[in-house]
Amino acid sequence: MNIATLFTPRNRKVFAAAFLLLVLIFLATLPLYGGSYYILVVTTILMYVVLTVSWTMFSGPTGYMSLATAAFFGVGIYIGTIVGEKLPLLVAVAAGGVGCFILALLVGLVTLRLRGIYFAIFTFGLLMFLSELILYLEINIWGSRGRHVFPASDEAVFYVMVVICVATLLTAYFIRRSRLGLAMQSIGGNEEAAAHMGVNTTRVKVLTFAISAVFMGAAGAIMAPSLIYIDPFIAFNMRYSFMPVLMAVFGGMGQFYGPVIGAAIFSYTERMLRLEYPYHYMLTFGIILILVILFLPGGLAGLIQKLQKARVISKLWNRGKEEQHANT
Amino acid sequence: MPILEGLDVTKNFGGLAAVSHVDFHVDRGEIVGLIGPNGAGKTTLFNLISAALPLSSGEIRFKGQKLNGLKPHQICKTGIARTFQQTKIFADMPVFQNVLVGASFGTPTRVSPSDAARVTTEALEFVGLAAMSASAAKDLTLVSQKRVEVARALATKPELLLLDELMAGLNPAEVSEAMELVTRIRDKGIIIFMVEHVMKAIMGICGRIMVLHHGEKLAEGTCQEIASNKTVIEVYLGGETHAGN
Amino acid sequence: MIETILMIAISGLLTGGIYALVSMGLSLQYGVARVLNIAHGEFIMLGALIIWTLCISFGIYPLLSLAISAPLLFGIGFLLHRTLFTSLKTRAPSPAAVEGNSLLAAFGLIFIIQNIALLNWGSLSRSYPYLESVVWLGGTAFRVNRLVALAIAVVGGVAFYLFLTRSRQGKAIRAAAQDPATAGLMGININWVLPLCFGLGAFLAGLAGFLLSMSTTVNALMGLRYTVIALIVVVVGGLGSIPGSFIGGFILGIIGSIVNYWEPTLVLPAFYAIFMLLILVRPTGIFGK
Repeated sequence: MNIATLFTPRNRKVFAAAFLLLVLIFLATLPLYGGSYYILVVTTILMYVVLTVSWTMFSGPTGYMSLATAAFFGVGIYIGTIVGEKLPLLVAVAAGGVGCFILALLVGLVTLRLRGIYFAIFTFGLLMFLSELILYLEINIWGSRGRHVFPASDEAVFYVMVVICVATLLTAYFIRRSRLGLAMQSIGGNEEAAAHMGVNTTRVKVLTFAISAVFMGAAGAIMAPSLIYIDPFIAFNMRYSFMPVLMAVFGGMGQFYGPVIGAAIFSYTERMLRLEYPYHYMLTFGIILILVILFLPGGLAGLIQKLQKARVISKLWNRGKEEQHANT
Repeated sequence: MPILEGLDVTKNFGGLAAVSHVDFHVDRGEIVGLIGPNGAGKTTLFNLISAALPLSSGEIRFKGQKLNGLKPHQICKTGIARTFQQTKIFADMPVFQNVLVGASFGTPTRVSPSDAARVTTEALEFVGLAAMSASAAKDLTLVSQKRVEVARALATKPELLLLDELMAGLNPAEVSEAMELVTRIRDKGIIIFMVEHVMKAIMGICGRIMVLHHGEKLAEGTCQEIASNKTVIEVYLGGETHAGN
Repeated sequence: MIETILMIAISGLLTGGIYALVSMGLSLQYGVARVLNIAHGEFIMLGALIIWTLCISFGIYPLLSLAISAPLLFGIGFLLHRTLFTSLKTRAPSPAAVEGNSLLAAFGLIFIIQNIALLNWGSLSRSYPYLESVVWLGGTAFRVNRLVALAIAVVGGVAFYLFLTRSRQGKAIRAAAQDPATAGLMGININWVLPLCFGLGAFLAGLAGFLLSMSTTVNALMGLRYTVIALIVVVVGGLGSIPGSFIGGFILGIIGSIVNYWEPTLVLPAFYAIFMLLILVRPTGIFGK
């Protein structure tokens, strides 16, 4: 039997679904045989997948570069910590998500009426603004610098992160294929024309931006327990704005799976290198980002698309389709 | 009553009056041409109608309703659609998706995905681009890209269509095809207001012509009247070795 | 009372002068070279630390160190634009994509420059002794180095402004900012003017770094704050207006000094409040078009 016959379009979807199911089963059972270390590693990978995919949700199609990911993540950490002191874990996570939704709504309403440059500037400085504001609150109102985070088991954190990750991926997937996704693509294509075709550009942008922030906030809230102790400088770190950008650009924003692959690769690499080479690895990542922007603008997914168009792979698939038609 | 009416429309940029106290109207069933030298204010006038720019003073009414203060997407939903002098297609999206945007968002009430798809297919067939539906818009020739813009505008189900230099850059054969397309649009019951430099097209299909010069209305009348108007000839038409004459 | 006001005023003018220099540089880079250089603060940091190294490790007199460091930064900025940002322009599919890609590239630059600095100098704060004698004005003590820094900032800013408005080269630069294509037709060589302006911006950052190193402690992580403040100043002054950045810098410097007197941690939040107010009411800024 010719293996090419297996790769019909319908079978491809079956394979993809089966693969995803396997991944899900792997994740669901990980705590049973994986040690604490591996659970943490996978949790971090999932966290970056959430941050990267939710960043891509808005900045990918519209071209408005949000540099606020770290700000929402940090706000999520703080809200989660404060709420989680008295209320259950899941409520804390939800609060983190909702809080960031509101914050993103405000930021969006203020800046997304204007050109993208204002949005970039505002989101870039948001991190410093919030960290200093919270520092002020801590010193003058809350009375203590930093705070300890409520404890939570590694398994609990892991499972919640899996749920958040699945929710993020599902939301991103369905938005992409929805009316909202079409509107956002049109904004990215030519915002003036989109407006003239009836798209309420401000509303679309603000809504999607706010939705993307929910997952960033929830991810922050659930990561808080693993930090054990937080203060404005721990919670608000530019790294969490930079890494999702690197991962999305490297992975390729044109395809749905691009950011996921990018997140997996770089979060694992970061984990391996961070302790021994704290400055070198960041330096390298910065260089990689610039190289990818210059020489591989479509990212990895773009490259794969180009290879798919090359005759080798399509020949295989076409032969598969021919055989399928011949057999029916 | 005219479907589109402009009263004392003025637009200032700093000290410069791009459009100065212009009155205009477009009636049902008409194809009205807007001509004038470069910089006369024609595209600015279109930008004022479609709310791409705010009015400095004056009033624009559509179906009796004032348009002042509305945003472009709202103007579209009232029934005015337009194309652009420099084509503003969604370059990386397939042709079908380009037109689908118009079909999905351009109407005052929400349409179902299947209705939007149907309207899109009809619009693409109407302009003759059905075969290119899956191609990326940026891969098309200029002529075809302009047709994508027309299809996209038509998909919003407008009552009034503003065409901004549809014929620019087209050779004589393409101009004739475009003229035929515009006539077919009029025959569907859509009112057309078009900016053009290609005289063959203007004289060929417009019932009435308006001439702008330095932001002011210089003349208005039928093709005959405009063609024989001495001031217009002096300012614009005279000495033109324009393709299409 | 008078001493407090004087202290706030002088502090405000000094910080304002540094903000003005930094923001004019950023405005130049964005207005002409069309790059929103969010790594600008890192250039300031480099300027400051290079001077520190020259002073402490090589014993070179500070003003002489400036003569080495500022042109060096100009060169780095010039080369960066000529290689990286010009490549981005030629490779990009559309003007909007150029802006987006340049922004992301600058974002990457932040981490590159910052980590090079961290590898080289570590994260400790540094300072060097220079002109530390004290002068008494109106009952308050001021270090000479801060007063000298203030003088240089004001003089430098005014000189730069005059250069842009009065000199031939300055007019060429402003023409290129308004309309690169037409400027090219007028005989202005865009391939040199754009990187030149980017380099000039870096030069100003180097100068600001020198002034900072003279008056406060510096470390490898100081850049981000100045970038954020410079961005706010540029917006307040008006995107694309260099005089706007100059004046905006002093305005924010003085406001910052006042807020700092009451509550140091609220300085940046105060700037952001002004920023938000401005965007809501008059996005074009004070002098913007």
